[in-house]
Amino acid sequence: MADLWETLRLGLLSPMVLAFGLGVAATLLKSDLKFPGEVYTALSIYLLFAIGLKGGAELAQTALADFWAPALATLALGVAVPVWCYAILRRLGGFGVADAAALAAHYGSVSAVTFSASLTFLESLQLPYEGFLPTLVALLEVPAIIIALAIARRQQPAEPGGAGWGGLLHELLTSKSIVLLLGGLAIGFLGGPAGLAQVAPFFVDPFRGALTLFLLEMGMVAAQRFRDFRKAGGFLAGFGIGMPVLHGALGVWLGTLAGLSVGGSMVLGVLAASASYIAAPAAVRLALPQANPSYYLTASLAITFPFNLVIGLPLYLELARWLHG
Amino acid sequence: MQTVPLKRVTIIAEAVLEERLIREIKALGAKGYTLTAARGEGSRGVRASEWAGQNVKLETLVSAEVADRLLTHLAERYFAHYAVVAYVENVAVVRGEKYT
Repeated sequence: MADLWETLRLGLLSPMVLAFGLGVAATLLKSDLKFPGEVYTALSIYLLFAIGLKGGAELAQTALADFWAPALATLALGVAVPVWCYAILRRLGGFGVADAAALAAHYGSVSAVTFSASLTFLESLQLPYEGFLPTLVALLEVPAIIIALAIARRQQPAEPGGAGWGGLLHELLTSKSIVLLLGGLAIGFLGGPAGLAQVAPFFVDPFRGALTLFLLEMGMVAAQRFRDFRKAGGFLAGFGIGMPVLHGALGVWLGTLAGLSVGGSMVLGVLAASASYIAAPAAVRLALPQANPSYYLTASLAITFPFNLVIGLPLYLELARWLHG
Repeated sequence: MQTVPLKRVTIIAEAVLEERLIREIKALGAKGYTLTAARGEGSRGVRASEWAGQNVKLETLVSAEVADRLLTHLAERYFAHYAVVAYVENVAVVRGEKYT
């Protein structure tokens, strides 16, 4: 337990988490601090592309033997999580088809920013982790969204004139975040470590600084969503904290089984526990317009993201340490 | 100067809908459009996504019947679930043949 407190403390005092706190405080204090939309977009582009690049370069040096088991575990999570999230939200939460599917899509997918925060967290503790983890991010990003949308389609046939599957899939697979992540992976993979070295002063060294700035903005965005909390209700608040803990534990356990290190298992736990708020909201808004963004965005941004950032990361790390003995 | 009476249809919508709307208004007969970034609030106060951006304002100069088609289309497809505002104004346009 003492270890958990210590890890929590270290996490809380990192510039990243503190910047997030500053963003929250700025909004609650009604400061006029505002990030221009383009800056937010530019930072997102930078972060996603950088994650892909580094992951691809590492993947180029990874043997398939080390990679296939974690990849399989990730895919399994991507398929299973949206299914049971949907079931829980429908049966226990009483949500409608569209809302339940929208939330399931978010929780099955992944938050690249939480992922980045987990890596910098491990680095600050000098704990190693496998380099190919960003590939797992790419693997987890899309399947859950597709499955959740498919579930919604089966339960509730699309309205006439609604978007067809072909159009939806096209939009999803060509969305900015997917293109940046997969494209970055491909470029990093093809260029290998030599290619990455050419751009490292831009994409590797300043990464943590950019992440800190981005988290400052995320703090402001999350705090703006706090007032939608009441609309979200108690069940969603519990869901937004309980499910990440469950998924995190599952991810850590599967990672350990798949042969990942302590750091790697922790990150798989983080991936499972995180909820998307870049790829999923855009896809869901187009595919499930009846779903209320107050539910899925509030749960993902205002409940799960802060929880994972502040409490989740240390928690999943301690779980990973404990499982590895 | 000779002017031609036409309609200007203005659509203010969530940024996620930008590409779709442009495709659809062109398919319904609009020959062009002007796009501006916009911010604001509506009666529902629903903010859909931070990543996609705020809102877009789409303006197009069309004949009266295309204007009608556009509004009908918007009403059928978007009004129910999306944050969309649309209105029509009368305008007097130079070189009217460009827009019909």
